[in-house]
Amino acid sequence: MSQEHIDRAINREYAAGFVSAIDSDTLAPGLDEEVIQFISQKKGEPDWLLEWRLEAYRGFRQMEEPKWAHVHYPPIDLNAVSYYSSPRSMKDGPKSLDEVDPQLLETYAKLGIPLHEQEMLAGVAVDAVFDSVSVATTFRGKLAEAGVIFCPISEAVHSHPELVRKYLGSVVPRKDNYYAALNSAVFSDGSFVYIPRGVRCPMELSTYFRINEARTGQFERTLIIADEGSHVSYLEGCTAPMRDENQLHAAVVELVALDGAQIKYSTVQNWYPGDAQGRGGIYNFVTKRGVAHRDAKISWTQVETGSAVTWKYPSCILRGDNSVGEFYSVALTNNFQQADTGTKMIHLGKNTRSTIISKGISAGDSSNAYRGLVRMSPKATGARNYTQCDSLLIGHRCAAHTFPYIESRNPSAVVEHEATTSKVSDDQLYLCQQRGLDAEKAVSMIVNGFCKEVFKELPMEFAVEAGKLLEVSLEGSVG
Amino acid sequence: MLKIENLHAGVDGTDILKGLNLEVKSGEVHAIMGPNGSGKSTLGHVLAGRPGYNVTAGSATLLGQNLLEMETENRARLGLFLAFQYPVEIPGVSNMEFLKAAVDAQREHRGEPPIDAVTFMKKARETCKIVDLDPAFLKRGVNEGFSGGEKKRNELMQMILLEPRLAILDETDSGLDIDALQVVARGVNAMRSENRAFVMVTHYQRLLDYIEPDHVHVLADGRIVRSGDKSLALELEARGYAWLEEEVA
Repeated sequence: MSQEHIDRAINREYAAGFVSAIDSDTLAPGLDEEVIQFISQKKGEPDWLLEWRLEAYRGFRQMEEPKWAHVHYPPIDLNAVSYYSSPRSMKDGPKSLDEVDPQLLETYAKLGIPLHEQEMLAGVAVDAVFDSVSVATTFRGKLAEAGVIFCPISEAVHSHPELVRKYLGSVVPRKDNYYAALNSAVFSDGSFVYIPRGVRCPMELSTYFRINEARTGQFERTLIIADEGSHVSYLEGCTAPMRDENQLHAAVVELVALDGAQIKYSTVQNWYPGDAQGRGGIYNFVTKRGVAHRDAKISWTQVETGSAVTWKYPSCILRGDNSVGEFYSVALTNNFQQADTGTKMIHLGKNTRSTIISKGISAGDSSNAYRGLVRMSPKATGARNYTQCDSLLIGHRCAAHTFPYIESRNPSAVVEHEATTSKVSDDQLYLCQQRGLDAEKAVSMIVNGFCKEVFKELPMEFAVEAGKLLEVSLEGSVG
Repeated sequence: MLKIENLHAGVDGTDILKGLNLEVKSGEVHAIMGPNGSGKSTLGHVLAGRPGYNVTAGSATLLGQNLLEMETENRARLGLFLAFQYPVEIPGVSNMEFLKAAVDAQREHRGEPPIDAVTFMKKARETCKIVDLDPAFLKRGVNEGFSGGEKKRNELMQMILLEPRLAILDETDSGLDIDALQVVARGVNAMRSENRAFVMVTHYQRLLDYIEPDHVHVLADGRIVRSGDKSLALELEARGYAWLEEEVA
């Protein structure tokens, strides 16, 4: 197959790249204490939260941008970013979906996320976050019957202050790292979930993040608390318009799984990746972490195909005895995308177990790095980790890197690590084509086969979606 | 069905085929024999359209269509099948998924809807029996961890399911024990029909004991230097190739 073929096969268009003509209130670019006060005031926050933000900001100002990741990009001018943008029609907040701007509903419908209850995906409750605010949360009544709280975090600050105050920053401290500190200072909205003791959440919860406005950053904050013995499965999806300039997305996600609780967190990240020449795209600098108490389980599944630069390590602190952490990841980079992603499994409790399955796919001129830490603390007697880290290269201009860190301070702990690197070979493509498959179908089939172990962890409707997304993202990539 | 005239082709600017002529009619079975390096495998790949193989002169048509100008997948959709000498693995892609995708791609080309999964499953299981493979192989990755013999039988399974008009078997007999060889022969013989032709590339007369060819050709230095009936194969078995090469020189 010729290079031209392969290129054609991999370079399809970014389908979510449209801009919605929505009248927005957007704060002038720039970052200082006044901006933080403005955001806090806009949301009518209590004093403690404003103080919390300002403290994070003071910490942030002492910090330096991390440089250790295997990614390269020009310096980001944080003063050129607008830290708050809200669709104007949201000013007084819609009381129900009927009051939501039809333009907004249309945007989500275009993205395949219907917010009208009658059209909604059965069994999936959606919170939609547009730029800095949550525009709609569906199925809230049905969830309330089960005692489940699923609402914008800005609302939870008022309706459930005790929970927010207790857990906000409990997993990712506000000065944890440069981007987490920035987020803590300026976060605008995001989802809040609380599952009461012993409750199995009756449906999948999902948040859909959309950046629309130019020159804005998105700094959402998600907090999920699963009380003792409860279960929840949560999905997150992301898209942004195509723009020539880079946009910043610095989110924080905190998960708390109390004794015996289970949280399954799935992400399909499809932020705008930039064009084929590497112009534009989202800088995706995200801190995601969960704490698992005794007998609890946290499972991260991510399919990362978007963003110009990704810096993201969904992690588990296995605090309680017998707790379990899992990380299943597919990260695909094409053209000039760069990803440095992986996980941290911090084993503190006895008999804690973790599994890491990472599949990195690099195509075009992209660079894809897996970075993982497995730490066995002195008290983690009988702890076990299994890591499998596979890289697939498409073409000969891309790169794959693996940076596994293992720290074991307990002689009874067992850590296993397996890694492979392979190529989509000309012979594989030839076999497929000789049987009548075109190059595009052949590449996507080979890549899907490579990702199978991760896809099977995704909720059903997402698994199909993820397969299609890979196909689109791969267009134009073999060589 | 297949008509090759004065075909010159090779890899990296070196001609391996140097003026090859061959005509295969529908319903016929041709055997191509010859010493190592004579261009037997090259012929199959040039016809199938393997990237990197360049044609410098001559023509090749299948069912009246110019093969050499077609994309690899379109040659396959026209009905050309190549059973590989060294089938590659595609990890994680189940044999079933692969087979169905291939069958559907060819059906789509003919304007037919995809085959329904139940019908296909049944057909695939029956084919497993013919080629003596456990149906569990359908769930495994394509050729993933298969033995040499299993890979060859898997090639045969693909051929049976794809029902090609022209099947080229590239040393499908090499490395097979006598039982597996009989399985392959049974599969090919069952497929023989008026609408289909076979070109079998082989080193050994042994295969021809089980699949009786209509024509036998000897390929040496990129050309067919002698053609005959199956008795030619027996003669080669007894005398080797050297005498022929000398005669030609």
